[in-house]
Amino acid sequence: MSGKPRLTYLNGRGRMEPVRWLLAAAGVEFEENFLETREQYQKLIQDGVLMFQQVPLVEIDGMKMVQTRAILSYIAGKYNLYGKDLKERALIDMYVEGIADLMQMILMFPFSPPEAKDKNLDSIKERATTRYFPVFEKVLKQHGQDFLVGNKFSWADVQLLEAILAVEEKVPAVLSGFPQLQAFKIKMSNMPTIKKFLQPGSPKKPPPDDCYVEKVFKIFK
Amino acid sequence: MAGKPKLYYFNGRGRMESIRWLLAAAGVEFEEVFLETREQYEKLLQGGSLMFQQVPMVEIDGMKMVQTKAILSYIAAKYNLYGKDLKERALIDMYVGGTDDLMMLILVFPFLSAEDKEKQLAVIVQRATSRYFPVYEKVLKDHGQNFLVGNNFSWADIHLLEAILMVEEKKSDVLSGFPQLQAFKKRISSIPTIKKFLEPGSQRKPVPDDKYVETVRRVLRMYYDIKAN
Repeated sequence: MSGKPRLTYLNGRGRMEPVRWLLAAAGVEFEENFLETREQYQKLIQDGVLMFQQVPLVEIDGMKMVQTRAILSYIAGKYNLYGKDLKERALIDMYVEGIADLMQMILMFPFSPPEAKDKNLDSIKERATTRYFPVFEKVLKQHGQDFLVGNKFSWADVQLLEAILAVEEKVPAVLSGFPQLQAFKIKMSNMPTIKKFLQPGSPKKPPPDDCYVEKVFKIFK
Repeated sequence: MAGKPKLYYFNGRGRMESIRWLLAAAGVEFEEVFLETREQYEKLLQGGSLMFQQVPMVEIDGMKMVQTKAILSYIAAKYNLYGKDLKERALIDMYVGGTDDLMMLILVFPFLSAEDKEKQLAVIVQRATSRYFPVYEKVLKDHGQNFLVGNNFSWADIHLLEAILMVEEKKSDVLSGFPQLQAFKKRISSIPTIKKFLEPGSQRKPVPDDKYVETVRRVLRMYYDIKAN
């Protein structure tokens, strides 16, 4: 009954990228079904496959899951990347939600009008360096462990690495004031499943370009 | 060490209201600290109590929790309102994600320009009646049970009731095409803890007014209109 998880989304990062990261980090192979046309999307809606008429959609363990956070929580829970108890889960949730707020700014960036792009880039840099990165720098410094929560690899570590790399694409020297995060980035990148995901030919998607933005407008109007 | 949970927020709904609902539904008494001035907020910031410099913040079980979703998930799990296994939790998370998206449209409403408010009202009603309510109507119809997930009262039921009441405040007859939801609303409203929360004098907050908007803007120095989606 259950084969590999099947991801339905555009051929690009968007809201599906954290799901690709988490599955890859957990060592789980998955298939992808790329939306190319509006007709494809409308057919999915007509077939009643999208609970709230939206993607991401992940078919996993007999469920047609929607809502990115629900999907990520399920995967984290299933593959033991969600801490050992309620309190560790609470910490992971706090960290992941904070990072998601930062990632939301990056997600929206390609869709901002040209005259707002410089300002938005400054906002991303400011938030990353004054609101988010300092928190994780401090967490790592205080406990001196390799991983953010409970001395064990978790969803929080995957999410933070994804965010660091995404911000670095926009602000190359962004980690210059954060030695703990620099070390964290290297350590996480060298974990076998993540190392594999970071290599060319993996399901990791490139930064959104104009072609991607155009497709989003065309398919979702 | 463990006293009552302590909620730090403005004296109004905003992002804290779902947390008040969940605690109340679970029968958990809580205290509230209301942000009235910028100085209060800056003091919280300087004290390092706000992980990402934001409220809501809830002191619970020795933690200073932030991020609404994290707080709600913790409370739901602690008080057995999160299903019996991973799959039920997945369903609850999906349902709550939907009602959250709907309630977000209403949350930003007081901060929109007058012109955008009119447009947003139409969006709220359209989304409620064509994207969200039909899903829950069908879920209830298909399994014929009293609760959304696993034949057991859960966070999903509380969140849906909250969303229904909020949309009804904007359009009182919005449930007219949804008999299952009408019955659901009556049923869940009669649950003792929820009935109590719906009575005057409870910690449930009223519809945001100008005073609330002004307080938020003043404390957060947010002197711009939010853009409607």
